[in-house]
Amino acid sequence: MPTALETLAEALAVDGRPARIEHGLLIVEVAPDAVAMTAARLAAELAFDLLLDVTAIDWPERPLRFDVVWHFYSTQRRLRVRLKTAVPERAAAVPSLTTLYGSAAFMERECHDMYGIGFVGNDDLRPILLYEGFVGHPLRKDYPKEREQPLVPYRTP
Amino acid sequence: MTADVRGDPIAHAGGRSAAFEYLTTKKDELVGWARKFSLFPYPFVTACCAMEFMAVSSSPYDTDRFGAALPRFSPRQADLLMVVGTVTHKQAPVLRRVYEQMCEPKWVMAFGVCATSGGFYRNYAAVQGIDRVIPVDIYVPGCPPRPEMVIDGIMRLQGMIARSKHPIVTDTF
Amino acid sequence: MKPPPLATLPNPVRPAFAPEGEGGPVIVNIGPSHPATHGTVQIIAALDGERVVRTDVHAGYLHRGFEKECESHTWHNLIPYVDRLNYVSALINDFAYCDAVEQLMGVTITPRCRYLRTLLSEYSRLVDHLTCIAAGLMELGAMTAFLYLVMVRDYMYEHLANLTGARVTYTYGRIGGLARDLPADWLTRLADILDKYEVFVARVHGLIDRNRIFIDRMRDVGVISTADALHWGYTGPILRSTGAVLDLRRDTPYLAYAELDFEVPVGIKGDNYDRYYVRMREMDESVHMIRQLMEMLPAGPINVDDHRCTFPDKQLVYTEIESLINHFKLVMDGPAVPAGEIYVAHESPNGELGFYLVSTGGGVPYKVHVRAPSFVHMGGVHKMLEGYQLADIVPTFGSVNMIGGECDR
Repeated sequence: MPTALETLAEALAVDGRPARIEHGLLIVEVAPDAVAMTAARLAAELAFDLLLDVTAIDWPERPLRFDVVWHFYSTQRRLRVRLKTAVPERAAAVPSLTTLYGSAAFMERECHDMYGIGFVGNDDLRPILLYEGFVGHPLRKDYPKEREQPLVPYRTP
Repeated sequence: MTADVRGDPIAHAGGRSAAFEYLTTKKDELVGWARKFSLFPYPFVTACCAMEFMAVSSSPYDTDRFGAALPRFSPRQADLLMVVGTVTHKQAPVLRRVYEQMCEPKWVMAFGVCATSGGFYRNYAAVQGIDRVIPVDIYVPGCPPRPEMVIDGIMRLQGMIARSKHPIVTDTF
Repeated sequence: MKPPPLATLPNPVRPAFAPEGEGGPVIVNIGPSHPATHGTVQIIAALDGERVVRTDVHAGYLHRGFEKECESHTWHNLIPYVDRLNYVSALINDFAYCDAVEQLMGVTITPRCRYLRTLLSEYSRLVDHLTCIAAGLMELGAMTAFLYLVMVRDYMYEHLANLTGARVTYTYGRIGGLARDLPADWLTRLADILDKYEVFVARVHGLIDRNRIFIDRMRDVGVISTADALHWGYTGPILRSTGAVLDLRRDTPYLAYAELDFEVPVGIKGDNYDRYYVRMREMDESVHMIRQLMEMLPAGPINVDDHRCTFPDKQLVYTEIESLINHFKLVMDGPAVPAGEIYVAHESPNGELGFYLVSTGGGVPYKVHVRAPSFVHMGGVHKMLEGYQLADIVPTFGSVNMIGGECDR
């Protein structure tokens, strides 16, 4: 008798391989062009009604530099799914999920702030945690931690 | 002419008799006494220290005893700017504008270690101490400071106010 | 002499809409330093008369670079930073973070630690809800209720300071355990404070619940449906106030919640009054849970016996070379966390608090990401503000309980 998690792993198989289970969580890794389709399936068919989180991971030495990561939760199944895709720095863009989940809007803005990932379909990518005029993306590994960009000229003591 | 007498209109006219010195000293003492017991704070509340600010201003610690009870949420009506918590680069223009809107005489208290020096946030986002943006009169470190420390800070500020000169006419007024 | 001209300062944000001129809506800016928004948030509202037509919410005024800061400290040294996310209930942040690291390392905490963490989580939730309700009531002018609630909160702060050494930011969790065990008579005093809490909260119930002014300001204001709440990512008391029985403590039990008897209070229609009442009821449930846990608390060690994460006894560090080296390696290199990724969520007072950790197998995290409920809530708060009066922004915003440290990180 497979558990609920294993049944779901079969349902979310990519190219015939079932989704990985790690630390009680399903991990689905797809190509960037399959993100929208997979997310739509999660939302509509599989009752994943809560988009928890959007973020990215920066791997500067990899050709596909950024992993973009989504977490979903199903309030009926009480299970979580992690959707991952990898994009190169030149074309750091993935489809936006704002049509499926309203909460995606703010989280995508944050991810755009921090990593410079574009979200195609989200037309409001103004800075949310950063400010107008901030140059660069602070959570990229090549942004020096202590590089400040003051808005107000400092006083002379 | 030194900076100390610039605000004193009669001193400009020349003569400074002993009696006149005595009167201006007494005037400074009187105004200082009045001002130190009527601090109207503007709480510029941003972060964790707000929790301790709530405790300081309510019944268990009661800053009313020092005449500093009534927070004024308009900078025009306040004379003590309490910067409670971390100030980030995004927040700095707002803080600067609030400070500029306050009327003289005004004092600034940096409440908590983040406002004092940036604290343990040494990165692109946090201003490394609000004295880079506005002048500060008194620093209360601590993360967050205990209410007793804040009260001590207020009392020391009162001492500073009592001891300082209080010119009737200043450069900007 | 003329005063010096005001400096021209740049605007850190760009509003989503501009004034339309004569006859168009009036644009009003609220915040980021405003008495009615407890938290540094900026709301730009378009008004038709007194009615809010459209809002543009800006967060980020307290963005302190938490996630960047994490990448240059060892797993242990992050705990003080984690504390300052949701600074009203710092212990829950601590325990959620430690839980995530422990699961990644494959460490199982001791029974005493597990029960103690559950007890302290509920105690923290009590403090958080007290603060939220006190601030929300004060903004409506209920100063007496505010003073009552802050008074009982101060008992709790001093009581927690007795245990942890700090009133607000505790740094009490440790990977694999806790900083220290309970001091003598701590539980006796806890029982005492819970009794006091009941007296004070009964007074607040008497003052507020059926108060005409309060009901007029809160009933049918800031209404949100369950479907909308899920769509906009709401969790925690706000989602429960819409009638959805969803609570991670019950749905995906962690710590010792599976062994406790508690109810999940829900609202009826998701308005401000429901959010107030759900929080009040949740506090009662927390007290009920704390009383059960005081009975259940087993004796035994509080730290796991695992040299990968637990610091050796101080006495041994001074007398034994193995312990000295172990201590040195833990301080300088940090605990060795195996490579991997993990997402662990706890039910924080505001909703689902998730930690997404990425390790490449070292003493320093590769990435730490926080799924902060307040930030997600800010993305959907316009649904609760639009269509109501300008003055309703104050109670609605208070009932959402946005915490700056957690929202902006």
